[in-house]
Amino acid sequence: MSAYRDKDPRIHGIQTTIRVVPNFPKQGIMFQDITTLLLDPKAFKDTIDLFVERYKDKNISVVAGIEARGFIFGPPIALAIGAKFVPLRKPRKLPGEVISEQYELEYGRDCLQMHVGAVEPGERALVVDDLIATGGTLCAAMKLLEQVGAEVVECACVIEVPDLKGRERLNGKPLYVLVESH
Amino acid sequence: MFAGENGPQEDPRLKAISDAIRVVPHFPKPGIMFQDITTLLLDHKAFKDTVDIFVDRYRDMGVSVVAGVEARGFMFGPSIALAIGAKFVPLRKPRKLPGEKIFEAYELEYGTDCLEMHIGAVKPGERAIVIDDLVATGGTLSAAIRLLERVGAEVVECACVIGLPEVKASPSITAAATLAMRKVLIH
Repeated sequence: MSAYRDKDPRIHGIQTTIRVVPNFPKQGIMFQDITTLLLDPKAFKDTIDLFVERYKDKNISVVAGIEARGFIFGPPIALAIGAKFVPLRKPRKLPGEVISEQYELEYGRDCLQMHVGAVEPGERALVVDDLIATGGTLCAAMKLLEQVGAEVVECACVIEVPDLKGRERLNGKPLYVLVESH
Repeated sequence: MFAGENGPQEDPRLKAISDAIRVVPHFPKPGIMFQDITTLLLDHKAFKDTVDIFVDRYRDMGVSVVAGVEARGFMFGPSIALAIGAKFVPLRKPRKLPGEKIFEAYELEYGTDCLEMHIGAVKPGERAIVIDDLVATGGTLSAAIRLLERVGAEVVECACVIGLPEVKASPSITAAATLAMRKVLIH
C-alpha cells in the first residue's frame, strides 16, 4: 500500500523535498536523501501525520526504528500514538542484554540487535525506516520482534524502491510507504 | 544549568524521567557506568515529558534549527523540532551524509572522531539548539557548536537529557562551548 497511490494531497510536498544524490555511496546508486525533507517543517510534519493517522487506532504498543534514519521518524510516531520506541541497532551499540539477527548485504553480512525485555510477547509492533530497498534490513527487524513473540502489524517507510522488490521479502507482512522511487 | 537544581520549584516530571534511565555498569568498557536512555523510550509518559520539557523551554526562543548528534540525538531532536516548527539537521559520523558537507574533528579519550553537517542545511543568522542524550566531556557538543557557527548560525543552547558534571570538560573545549549554556534534565 502506498499513500502515493492513494494520492493524499500532502504527498506531493513530501516527494518534492526528497533529494536524489547520484552515485552515493558508490557509482550507480541514486541515493534517496531524506535530510532535505527534514529541513521542511511542513513536509516533515505531514510525513509523521500520515503515519500517525494510519496507526493511531490500531492498538500498536511498539514502534521499532532501524538505526539510524529510523530513529528520526520512529519516535515522533511512537509519541503520537502512545507507543514505546525501541531502537534496533548495529552491533555493540546497545548496552544491555541483546538478541541479534543477521542479514545479507550485497557483499557480506550485517547484524541488527534489540534489547532483551524491551518488547513483551503479544505486543503489536510497527517497524519504521526511511527507505525499503531489498528488504533485507526490514526482514531482520521483523525477525527480532517475532523472536520475542511480538506481532509485526506492518512495516512503514517513507520511500520504497519498487524495482528492488523489497516488498516480496517481508514474508507476507504488509508494507506501507508514502512515496515510490523509480 | 540543571533543570533539577531549582529545589522546591523542581519540575515534578523529572523524577520519573530520571528513574526511567537505566545504568549499565562496565559498558562499553570496565569502569564506565553507562547511562542507558533506551529504557526511558519504553516509558511513553516519561519520554513524552522529556520532549515536552524541552519544547516548553525553546518554543518561544525563535529557534529555527534543531541539530541532533548521531545517533541518540536523533531519538529526541526531531520531536522537539516538529513541536517548535524548526527544521531538524542531523550531525553525523563520517561518510553517512550523501551531499556536500563540512566536518569538525574532536578529541576522544584515545584518538579523534569527526562530525559532519550538510552544506546549505543551515543559513547564516539562524538560531539553533544542539541535542544529544548525554553530555560528558563536551567534546562532541563542542564540535557540533563549531559546525553551526562556521555557517553563521547562533547556537542558543545545548540541550541534553543527562549531564555528568563530575566528568571534567576536556581542555580542547573552546571558550564558546563553555559559554554556551548547557541545559540538562537530570544530575
